[in-house]
Amino acid sequence: MAGIDHAPPPFFKRGPAPLALLTFYVAISLALFVVDLRFRSLDLLRQSIALLVDPVQRVAQTPGSLVDYAANYLQGMRELQHENSELKHAQLNTAPNLQRLLQLEAENERLRKLLAVKEREKANGQVAQILYTARDPFSRKVIVDKGQQSGIVAGQPAIDEAGVVGQVTRVFPFSAEITLITDKDQAVPVQIVRSGHRSVVFGLGNGQLELRYMPANADVQVGDILVTSGLDSVYLPGFPVAKVVNIERDSAYSFARIFCVPVAGVENFGEIMVLDPRQPLPPAPPESAGRGGDIGDKAGLRQKKKRAAKSN
Amino acid sequence: MQPTFSSSRILLPVRPWFIFFSLIAAVALNFLPTAHWPGMPDWVALVLCFWSVREFRRVGMGWAFVLGLLMDVADGSVLGQHCFAYVLLAYVSTSLSRRLLWFPLAQQALQVMPLLFGAQLIQALMRLAVGAEFPGWSYFIAPLIETLLWIPATFVLLLPQYRPVEQDPDRPI
Repeated sequence: MAGIDHAPPPFFKRGPAPLALLTFYVAISLALFVVDLRFRSLDLLRQSIALLVDPVQRVAQTPGSLVDYAANYLQGMRELQHENSELKHAQLNTAPNLQRLLQLEAENERLRKLLAVKEREKANGQVAQILYTARDPFSRKVIVDKGQQSGIVAGQPAIDEAGVVGQVTRVFPFSAEITLITDKDQAVPVQIVRSGHRSVVFGLGNGQLELRYMPANADVQVGDILVTSGLDSVYLPGFPVAKVVNIERDSAYSFARIFCVPVAGVENFGEIMVLDPRQPLPPAPPESAGRGGDIGDKAGLRQKKKRAAKSN
Repeated sequence: MQPTFSSSRILLPVRPWFIFFSLIAAVALNFLPTAHWPGMPDWVALVLCFWSVREFRRVGMGWAFVLGLLMDVADGSVLGQHCFAYVLLAYVSTSLSRRLLWFPLAQQALQVMPLLFGAQLIQALMRLAVGAEFPGWSYFIAPLIETLLWIPATFVLLLPQYRPVEQDPDRPI
């Protein structure tokens, strides 16, 4: 039975009826749910709660990282030597390209100046450590150890050594949340390297990506590499995003179903680079001036992506 | 007969700090990296359900709401998702508490199962309604594990309230 309380039960001071309390809390919860989902205006509340929760979360992550550290420490010398020699080999392989890159970039800049084309933006950023994956099973997000203190803002793209990983969607004082490109309906404007076709690739939520709005007879082959097209104010052009693995062409539909896997180690733990935000794009041409007014805004971004898809 | 934790022996009054501590410990357990393994229980839901059955005057919908808010932020889910599920869980377990404690532990667990399952289902329905991807059936293993954990949880959470079996006549309590 329930523990016998030494204080008598409150006969007169009972507070509100349970049903009234329930209605009150349920109403607040539903209001929070709708406001957070529709208007995204609760970031301050989220940030202040995150500030409270953050230390506990970091402490809870320590056992895991200690195990990782121990595993690394005990890793054999031979393995390390092997890895070292492989890395040296890989570096030597890429050396010719890398060494000429500086010269190529300078040349490119000069040529662009000659042609009076706007100079390419440089990709700078800061390295961040992935702390943990968000526990929410309905989305694909990771938390990194850099936040407002390091000048991270929402919208910055994140890459690893192979390609695009995702985009910063929420910023907390000491951490930031990165939505992976495999998250459901996370969109990246891309270009097929081989044919130059532009499209938008969407996450499917199951670790794969889908290239949408490509006609059934489009020139896409299995193995094609997709790189960012730069037709948005988020991703710089030229970063590898995904690789086509499966194409379903059904004449019943006007679009082909093209499935891709991410090039970057999207589901891996490790270090990623959060790139600086892009410089604002030049003002949109007059016929669509009403739509592209706010660049940082999410709705504006979505319309840009739609436009990028339509322009195909 | 040797009194066990499942028999109806008289318990000491609960210490409020222990309730607080156990709820915070449950939150910390939810933050562990193991929380991503399929079928890992939602510790907060379990401990919250336990205390709202045992001590409904101390732990109720207010606690449920605050803990839900914490879990929402920590999980990166939509605000209000855990709040809603936990508040309903606390309400139903509170209203069941008078009946539930008359049953032996295994039957208690069986009666608690639909509540824990419901809390998980509500969250899934809320997210699916606004267009999230179905997380897979492993998402619904967690409430089953929580049900199995009801008996050990009862033992552990009531530990500070047991009286010693051999009573010293000089020290009656």
